[in-house]
Amino acid sequence: MHIVVCIKQVPDSAQIRVHPVTNTIMRQGVPTIINPYDLFSLEEALRLRDRFGGEVTVVTMGPPMADASLRKCLTYGADRAVLLTDRFFAGSDTLATSYALSYLIKKVAQEWGEPDIIFCGKQTIDGDTAQVGPGIAKRLNLLQLTYVAKIDEFDLAAREIVIHRRAEGGIQILKTKLPCLVTMLEGTNDMRRGSIEDALRGARSEIVTWNAAEAGIPDLALCGLKGSPTIVKKVFAPSPRAEKAFQIEVQGKTPAEISDAVIGEINQRQPGLEQDIQKMAAGF
Amino acid sequence: MNQKAPPAKAAAPAAGNSRANTKKELPEHLKSYKHVWVLIELERGVVHPVSWELMGEGRKLADKLKVDLAAVILGAPGGTEDAIKDSFGYGADLCYVVENPALTDYRNEPYTTAMTELVNKYQPEILLMGATNLGRDLAGSVATTLLTGLTADCTELDVDADGSLAATRPTFGGSLLCTIYTLNYRPQMATMRPRVAPMPVYQAGKTGRIIRHEVALPEESIITKVLSFLPDSATGKANLPYADVVVAGGLGMQNAENYQLVRDLAEVLGAEWGGSRPLVQKGWIPSDRQIGQTGKTIRPRLYIAAGISGAIQHRVGVEGADLIVAINTDPNAPIFDFAHVGIVADATKILPALTEAFRKRLALAAARPAAE
Ligand SMILES: Cc1cc2nc3c(=O)[nH]c(=O)nc-3n(C[C@H](O)[C@H](O)[C@H](O)COP(=O)(O)OP(=O)(O)OC[C@H]3O[C@@H](n4cnc5c(N)ncnc54)[C@H](O)[C@@H]3O)c2cc1C
Ligand SMILES: Cc1cc2nc3c(=O)[nH]c(=O)nc-3n(C[C@H](O)[C@H](O)[C@H](O)COP(=O)(O)OP(=O)(O)OC[C@H]3O[C@@H](n4cnc5c(N)ncnc54)[C@H](O)[C@@H]3O)c2cc1C
Repeated sequence: MHIVVCIKQVPDSAQIRVHPVTNTIMRQGVPTIINPYDLFSLEEALRLRDRFGGEVTVVTMGPPMADASLRKCLTYGADRAVLLTDRFFAGSDTLATSYALSYLIKKVAQEWGEPDIIFCGKQTIDGDTAQVGPGIAKRLNLLQLTYVAKIDEFDLAAREIVIHRRAEGGIQILKTKLPCLVTMLEGTNDMRRGSIEDALRGARSEIVTWNAAEAGIPDLALCGLKGSPTIVKKVFAPSPRAEKAFQIEVQGKTPAEISDAVIGEINQRQPGLEQDIQKMAAGF
Repeated sequence: MNQKAPPAKAAAPAAGNSRANTKKELPEHLKSYKHVWVLIELERGVVHPVSWELMGEGRKLADKLKVDLAAVILGAPGGTEDAIKDSFGYGADLCYVVENPALTDYRNEPYTTAMTELVNKYQPEILLMGATNLGRDLAGSVATTLLTGLTADCTELDVDADGSLAATRPTFGGSLLCTIYTLNYRPQMATMRPRVAPMPVYQAGKTGRIIRHEVALPEESIITKVLSFLPDSATGKANLPYADVVVAGGLGMQNAENYQLVRDLAEVLGAEWGGSRPLVQKGWIPSDRQIGQTGKTIRPRLYIAAGISGAIQHRVGVEGADLIVAINTDPNAPIFDFAHVGIVADATKILPALTEAFRKRLALAAARPAAE
């Protein structure tokens, strides 16, 4: 079995600080990580491989330094990592990204066999669009299963997969055919530690690195800024609210007295709310 | 909050600034694309309220462009009547309706086929969908099939002087906003999260044109099958976006035990409970209770925030609340910049007192005769 996992290297949002005065993101020195949502997909891929045999190929499109994240995936146990990097890809929106990635996956399929299943993360923590997975699926004409909470059945011989998909108001249980593209929901598994052997292999292994030509991307006009229908016209700060909060007097007051003042203020500003809460509690 | 806009290069999102001066030069074959469409998310007989919220936004865009607002309704045969009626009530000039057994449950394949067929035939200039699991699943497929631009999770939609859709969303981390255009492709697509836009007013008795469209979707040709649907049990599942009252805690609650004080107050008020992102990361609350840019957007009548500093990523998720009451020991906490009522005090003391006071008042009111 061949599994392809798409990952993206992103800035570590937990380490991002917003400048208190200018309100801009302080990017300097912010370390990069594997997009956290991608790890749930990678772990699921590794589990399938461990159960059914085969190989996991991890791919990314990004700057040369994205090889650090790919290497990390090898230490978790991925079998192979491929980096697609070229200046032509700079400024790609999701349509241009899925275009490049779909050809990258085609090339990977030529080299190491057609994938039976492709994984993407649910979304990234930087662009946060959740559009690239469906984009790749459409371009490769694959069935797509998003927001997967659980892979219930996986039958390689019958080429069938049954999954639990998070929908509005419940869980959809869907059955479809391989090959397909899956995005895993967060919290569905815990990323393994990775063995010592994998750690050593990850450190030593070569990351396969291709440029646009080597990956066989047919039309560079569909890549990067040029191939992106969306255009960022302006970037600006949100406007501040005119007045500050009305402060409840707290000096020398007990919590009970403060509470009464707060409730008075709530009732004055939201008349009827307390009555509605009352009605709800009574079951109307 | 800061007063002056920082230099634009501080955050270079999607496509940088090198194309900010791109002009609108619509190819000839796209010039006939007109009107604003909203996908009505109809699942198991219920329309997701985000669709009505989008109708409100779509109405404003259509009025500015002086075009029609259309609702797009996909569903099972005989299952779309209520959605059609309500679409007119929420401002649609016309409804495009596709009824087909294959559209009974949401599935990506038949929905994408139906949606793209409609777009290619009737050619809208703007297509809006909710940023729900359904909308996000579908929008990406539709945009890629149509090879057009799609802006995700917008917080504001507008049309500019030359009639282009200006879709605004937070940039990475949410401290800045960016406005994204799909100048030279049609339709211009965007998604918006539930509760970002207010619910429009419903006008009973309105009607309009209904255009029914047949799409061939033989079940044999659809590979993905729905085996069953397990509805969420009513208990335990958070419904923060649509709650009337929300009580939330932040790191100022200091530990998981103290967080219980938040839940105590929520219980007395019949409210939903939630928190800032660090609480999810610490495991004090589940991730579906996170409020903010990467969590849920809420729009309650009353939001009580205890021990939350009010970072911009939190703020963007709560600004739609009618009344924000903040409890924080630090008089300079940013949350007081956007809260309506502030209490500079220890939340672990104020919360139990508030719970007790509300408990007494509500019990008293319950004891009084209903006629009062
Ligand atoms: C602030 C900001 C806002 C943006 N807004 C938009 C917008 O509204 N519309 C738009 O079209 N573009 C937008 N972009 C551009 C978009 O982020 C890029 O196109 C990006 O390359 C992919 O999108 P994403 O990060 O949203 O990924 P998502 O679609 O959220 O990613 C889903 C999954 O796809 C896979 N994936 C994504 N990127 C890669 C990659 N480079 N290599 C391998 N796998 C990958 C991963 O498995 C990932 O988990 C925005 C970018 C920024 C920084
Ligand atoms: C990409 C990105 C996305 C993010 N998304 C979100 C999001 O969706 N939601 C979100 O909430 N955050 C989000 N964050 C995190 C956000 O930037 C803040 O770090 C976070 O909101 C802070 O949480 P807090 O207010 O609980 O903690 P802190 O900022 O540490 O604030 C704690 C507050 O409690 C007060 N306090 C201390 N003791 C007491 C006491 N006894 N009584 C009362 N007050 C007390 C302190 O004065 C302080 O103001 C995101 C960050 C990034 C970079």
